[in-house]
Amino acid sequence: MRADIIELRPEGLYCTAGDFYIDPWQPVPMAIITHAHSDHARRGCEKYLSNTLAKNVLYKRLGNITLQTIDYGEIIRHRGVRVSLYPAGHILGSAQVKIEYRGETWVVSGDYKVENDNIHQSFEPIQCDTFITESTFGLPIYRWQPQSVIQAQINNWWKDNASQNRTSILFCYALGKAQRLLSLLDCSIGPIVAHGAIEPINQIYRETGVALPQTYMVTQITDKVALEKALVLAPPSASRTNWLKRFGHFSDAFASGWMQIRGRRRIKSIDRGFVLSDHADWAGLLSAIRETNADRIIVTHGYSEIFARYLNEQGFDAQTFSTKFGENHENDDSPLDHSIET
Amino acid sequence: MREFVELYMQLDSTTSILAKERALRIYFSTASPADSAWATYFLAGGNPKRLVKTSILRKLVNLSTTLPSWLFEESYESVGDLAETIALLLPLTPMGTTDSLHEWMKNSLLPLRVIPSEHQAEYLLSLLQKLDSTGKFVCLKIITGSFRVGVSRLTVIKALAALAEIDEKIVAQRIVGLVGINHIPTANDFLTLIQPIDATNNINQTGLPFPFFLAHTIPYDVSEMPEQLGLSQDWITEWKWDGIRAQIVKRGGEIWIWSRGEELITERFPEIANMREHLPDGAVLDGELVVWSNDKPQSFAMLQQRIGRLKLTSKLLKEVPVIFIAYDILEWQGLDLRQETLLKRKDLLNGFINANPIPGLKISPILFADSWQKLSEYRGESRQRGVEGLILKHKFSQYGIGRTKEVGIWWKWKIDPFTIDAVLIYAQRGHGRRASLYTDFTFALWDKPKSEPDRKLLPFAKAYSGLTDAELREADQLIRKSTLERFGPVTTLEPTQVFEIGFEGIARSKRHKSGISVRFPRILRWRKDKSIYEANTLMDLQSFLPH
Ligand SMILES: [Zn+2]
Ligand SMILES: [Zn+2]
Repeated sequence: MRADIIELRPEGLYCTAGDFYIDPWQPVPMAIITHAHSDHARRGCEKYLSNTLAKNVLYKRLGNITLQTIDYGEIIRHRGVRVSLYPAGHILGSAQVKIEYRGETWVVSGDYKVENDNIHQSFEPIQCDTFITESTFGLPIYRWQPQSVIQAQINNWWKDNASQNRTSILFCYALGKAQRLLSLLDCSIGPIVAHGAIEPINQIYRETGVALPQTYMVTQITDKVALEKALVLAPPSASRTNWLKRFGHFSDAFASGWMQIRGRRRIKSIDRGFVLSDHADWAGLLSAIRETNADRIIVTHGYSEIFARYLNEQGFDAQTFSTKFGENHENDDSPLDHSIET
Repeated sequence: MREFVELYMQLDSTTSILAKERALRIYFSTASPADSAWATYFLAGGNPKRLVKTSILRKLVNLSTTLPSWLFEESYESVGDLAETIALLLPLTPMGTTDSLHEWMKNSLLPLRVIPSEHQAEYLLSLLQKLDSTGKFVCLKIITGSFRVGVSRLTVIKALAALAEIDEKIVAQRIVGLVGINHIPTANDFLTLIQPIDATNNINQTGLPFPFFLAHTIPYDVSEMPEQLGLSQDWITEWKWDGIRAQIVKRGGEIWIWSRGEELITERFPEIANMREHLPDGAVLDGELVVWSNDKPQSFAMLQQRIGRLKLTSKLLKEVPVIFIAYDILEWQGLDLRQETLLKRKDLLNGFINANPIPGLKISPILFADSWQKLSEYRGESRQRGVEGLILKHKFSQYGIGRTKEVGIWWKWKIDPFTIDAVLIYAQRGHGRRASLYTDFTFALWDKPKSEPDRKLLPFAKAYSGLTDAELREADQLIRKSTLERFGPVTTLEPTQVFEIGFEGIARSKRHKSGISVRFPRILRWRKDKSIYEANTLMDLQSFLPH
């Protein structure tokens, strides 16, 4: 029997033949990064490789690193291993890593969503023998509605608030979700304010060529009435700070896949939950897996054990890798209360 | 149904009371009386008895999806609510019914009761396919008898009172009958609810009680009381009786006994119902039902024997005699007295009862004290007197509704609970807001003293609340690490943690493994400083039993 192309090491997912890691959680000499969320891209490695579009976000998040970038579909050869990256549809520059060695193909998905959101390059299914997948929303209760439906819900909520002179505060993850939301907002309703943790990432998106509507810092809007008609994008961490106090009368909401469950919305006692995720839902995970034609599936994070058990019952050869992905509060990988991974 | 589901969504998608009141006003001003009656019923906390068994709901999922049952259970555990889980799993369908709420109840849901159980799942599925996903959720919540939305009954009362332009107190009183258990609300009920007041109906001609006025836990220490509450002499202080809070309503020759849960319990207490001979018409008394023998109140556990028994034998009536301890009078000669001062009401009550003693009726004595310190000493006697502590009511206070504080406050000053250090052995996930956290814990005590070699942990109480969210999260992490096995929703743990458990009452019990039942157990503190070997024993618990 041949050795596996990728194995689980204490530092992370390791490719023996190529002597590199994918999204390692400890410092290693060579790291391929699927995307810039903090549980997948960590500091301290000697060399990094990522998709070209992820470059500026990675510099922003990891500081002055040694980074090589390649385009989607571009192939590099390294110690007899062919490595290429393909869009994962998750955030700017998010990539699946395709590794070919001695006629065998493995794909590491990173985080992905299958619906085209119109601002990130769409997920592309890649044929492979072994597919290493996430399962953040790997339960059948997670079933997303089309983006256009959620878009209408959000704009209607904003419109209703604006008509009653109530600022709309929309909490969302700063990298990826905030920019996706920006692209969905109906700017005729009022001005859009971006929190200081979100605006620098908007800038990077714009520099990378993604058209986003104009955003303001809260201090730029001095007219009280304008502020009442505004929609404010803020990271979840801002919900517990004084930053919010400046908005008198407001309605708040949170945009996340976790909002599918009422209890999760209640835990934060926010007015509205919009079910919008940058991860695949249950059906999305299953369709993505089927389209790879892989026989062997390895689940890295989310409802890993449950999802792997289900895949086994469906005839796949499925197992789990116990990784450190999803251990983070500032992106969609973890529920608000840290407690569902079983 | 569409409009009611829409109302549900509006109430559920805001935390602002004003927005909720507005949504209610809009709904009630457009809905028909028959629909409004059902809406009031559900919003004000009425719940029809569970319409189908849980096993039927699981069968329904099997019929309509291809999910293996273990996956359904995992989903349920993650969501924490059965109705919500099913609504999230059933195939999506658009809203396909034009039935209004009352038509839906009458034509679709209530018939479930008469459909043989082997056909219920198919029938229910055909109903649910006519609803969109929120509709499915609302309908399943009704079916499981667990419909709840974030409005208090008071908010509903306010909205209806504003709409009908009548006093909130009148609406509050009338609503009691509408939400009663086993009641099927009708258009007529709703019209009566919002009917304008005139000479013939300002005091209820039926047996309805007034909404109970409830006490708040006193947040002050005895040293703060002079500053916070003023002179102790301005407060009327009584014992806090450990029984069933009840109102006795005597009107038109008939008598009704209502519990605080707005349940009619007249038949349960024939000796109290006998007061029909002695009380004049147009009288409502507020007080407590307690078991009384040997000239003192007996434990709540004894009262429970009376409630639990289907048949009241004369032997039981003799062994467990119940009296009514009156502490307030809310109606007299057909007049609503709730806006009179407590002092005046007490005078009336004492005057009447002293002149006309009634068997089985006692007046709750007033404790005279010239200082807060003296009251604190009275409180210290509570346990030996078989009461729960003191209750303080300002002498000029009116009788409010529920937990309102506008017209006067009642403070309960309870004795400190019994406490015991116990070991955590089982955990179960919570529901609703804390659906994904472990919130229900079972605690155990050692069955033998420390010196014995082979002692075991014996479960003695289940406690729900008392930990902060941060502690719950920490407990959650710990539970994951110490899980021995999982059986359904229950996780068995390796015993490692000690908690201080407080409880209010204690009694012998044949139904409990430990032989003892405790009342209102709750977690007081996490004793991280203690090892499980230092936890208390069953003998320690037994020592609290009254001799
Ligand atoms: Zn991610
Ligand atoms: Zn992830």
